[in-house]
Amino acid sequence: MTTVFGVPLPAILGQLTLGLVNGSFYALLSLGLAVIFGLLRIVNFAHGAFYMLGAFAAYIGLQAFGMNYWLALLLAPLAVALLGAVIERLFLRRLYRLDPIYGLLLTFGVALIAEGIMRNRFGASGKSYPVPHLLQGVFDLGFMVLPIYRAWVVAASLTVCAATWFLIERTRLGATLRAATQNARLVQAFGINVPLLLTATYGAGVGLAALAGVLAAPVVQVSPLMGSSLVIVVFAVVVIGGMGSIIGAILTGVLLGLIEGLTKVVYPEASNIVVFVIMALVLIWRPAGLFGRE
Amino acid sequence: MQFQPLRFGALSVALWALLSVPVAPARAAGDAVVIGDIDDFTGVYADVQGQGGVEAIHMAIDDFGGTVLGRKIEVLFADHQNKPDIGASKFREWVDQNGLNMLIGGSNTGVSIAMAKVAAAKKVIFIPIGAGGSSLTGADCTPYSIHYGYDTTALANGTASDIVKNGGKTWYFITADYAFGSQLQDSATRVVTANGGKVLGSVRVPLGTTDFSSFLLQAQASGAQVLGLANAGTDFSNSLKAAEEFGITKTMKPAALLAFLSDIHSLTLQTAHGLYLTTGWYWDLNPETRAFAKRFFAKINKEPTETQAAYYSSTLQYLKAVKAVGSTDADKVMAELKRAKINDMYAKDASIRADGLMVHAMYVMQVKTPAESKYPWDYYQVIKVMSGEDAYGKEPDPSCPFLKK
Repeated sequence: MTTVFGVPLPAILGQLTLGLVNGSFYALLSLGLAVIFGLLRIVNFAHGAFYMLGAFAAYIGLQAFGMNYWLALLLAPLAVALLGAVIERLFLRRLYRLDPIYGLLLTFGVALIAEGIMRNRFGASGKSYPVPHLLQGVFDLGFMVLPIYRAWVVAASLTVCAATWFLIERTRLGATLRAATQNARLVQAFGINVPLLLTATYGAGVGLAALAGVLAAPVVQVSPLMGSSLVIVVFAVVVIGGMGSIIGAILTGVLLGLIEGLTKVVYPEASNIVVFVIMALVLIWRPAGLFGRE
Repeated sequence: MQFQPLRFGALSVALWALLSVPVAPARAAGDAVVIGDIDDFTGVYADVQGQGGVEAIHMAIDDFGGTVLGRKIEVLFADHQNKPDIGASKFREWVDQNGLNMLIGGSNTGVSIAMAKVAAAKKVIFIPIGAGGSSLTGADCTPYSIHYGYDTTALANGTASDIVKNGGKTWYFITADYAFGSQLQDSATRVVTANGGKVLGSVRVPLGTTDFSSFLLQAQASGAQVLGLANAGTDFSNSLKAAEEFGITKTMKPAALLAFLSDIHSLTLQTAHGLYLTTGWYWDLNPETRAFAKRFFAKINKEPTETQAAYYSSTLQYLKAVKAVGSTDADKVMAELKRAKINDMYAKDASIRADGLMVHAMYVMQVKTPAESKYPWDYYQVIKVMSGEDAYGKEPDPSCPFLKK
């Protein structure tokens, strides 16, 4: 059998495929963070909590209203985005002119409250969300069996990532957004409602997290802690990619998923720190991140 | 997931603020008997005992009559957040400032080992429940520890030996990467090899991992017949869920070395059916257990787990011993606890061995299919009842330091 570094090739291919799956989750989550940081300068520590709330919204929708997966994919992110918009209007808005640490503390508090409420209501061990009928079953790739659902996750998140990138970097709306963050007063002078734009941006970033949550719901236990275990990794991804860089967040997300996948074969014990080792190295070598501007 | 200094910092500040409220500082020791519970209230094991554990302690106190030796009984509880230093320092603080008489330590072997050291130094009775590591009455034993509920030896003797005898000869382990996981894997490995089986490999996975698919592919590549899950809580549910998703359960038989009723409940029978597991207690064993479960359910709206029942039993036995010797003196109470037989709704004719291990019957269970389950929480059927000696072994652990003297 062909081997690479003493590991059989099929195993490597299998792990790379899984790495791609995880990487697309990272990409989708770090994208939302990067959008929020890039445009609002808020370090959104509640991102993991919104991801968790997205998954729970899908679960509650199914249990309470029999809402199916496809509808949840649309409605859960909308509901969470709305919650995000309310939080932005009521609290975050007051912090834009202050030191970024205040935004971080506020969102961190929001995350703790959200986790606490869900834990109180649903318990720590979480709930099961079924894989939708249409996506049940597996692809046999020869070197591994890939559940159809995981393939769908990759396709869906990469599509959403590409669309978001296009929206911000290539459309008039995106240009207005970027301009608003550069010089809000000037943009406002052109008759554009900047505060509304910022609310919508935070809502959209949070909605992306919730979308990732719905995508994750059938794969992992829907539990109050599901976000807190991811958010730190996702922050590392954003830092490595360059704070605020959209394309950096997407590419780094996928790349780190792949690297983490390989680590799981070579030295599994290090799989949850490899991302941080890379972050440290990148910060030494390029303090602004791989795609960040100095 | 463990890399969250800020999160844990803020959490502990919040918790300390919360928990210091009901406790009057500088209470004169002696006017109440103080029972403490340091457990995971917020993390991956919070559903195993958590608030339900505190409730079980209160139920035992109520059943005992609310007072002992004419003194009030007070209950303290705190979250160790799966961090040994937090557990140990809270324990020390309660002994020094609140006149703590007995501590129940919930979940997490690593934290329990740290707290056992405090128990030995402070001469306070310490009852770990839900922490699996058999070293708690072996290399880490103390004259003041009582390991209640189950240990890794009993779990392995139950699940692993049954599966090997039924033809599951080759094993691959997915192991939680800390004291509990490695002790559980070691115990299971001993049982597998002793019964003529073979361990083909293992992978150590960090606590709190959510994506197990990579590790499962490695397990599958080993060609082993049995997938040994030497983990617990959400680690266990997430690994079993992914095994199902990747079709690994079609070629490998999953063996839960430690699974709780709360895990099966959250996984649902659809995913968990057919699974073998070992438990020290089940709510639906007999009229006595059902009566306890009914009262518990009325308070918590969940059926009790085996360890919540053990919380109840250990509190009750402690209070009985205090009453019998007419004192809360730790040495006298320990002697009485090790002398008396235990007979309550949790265990029959059980006893506490010289090394502090509570020896009682264990049950090998199989999880029912959705069709077999007749009413809510009807999850297990009894495959085998193991006597205490079969489960835990006859002799006290020779590696226990204070027995060597």
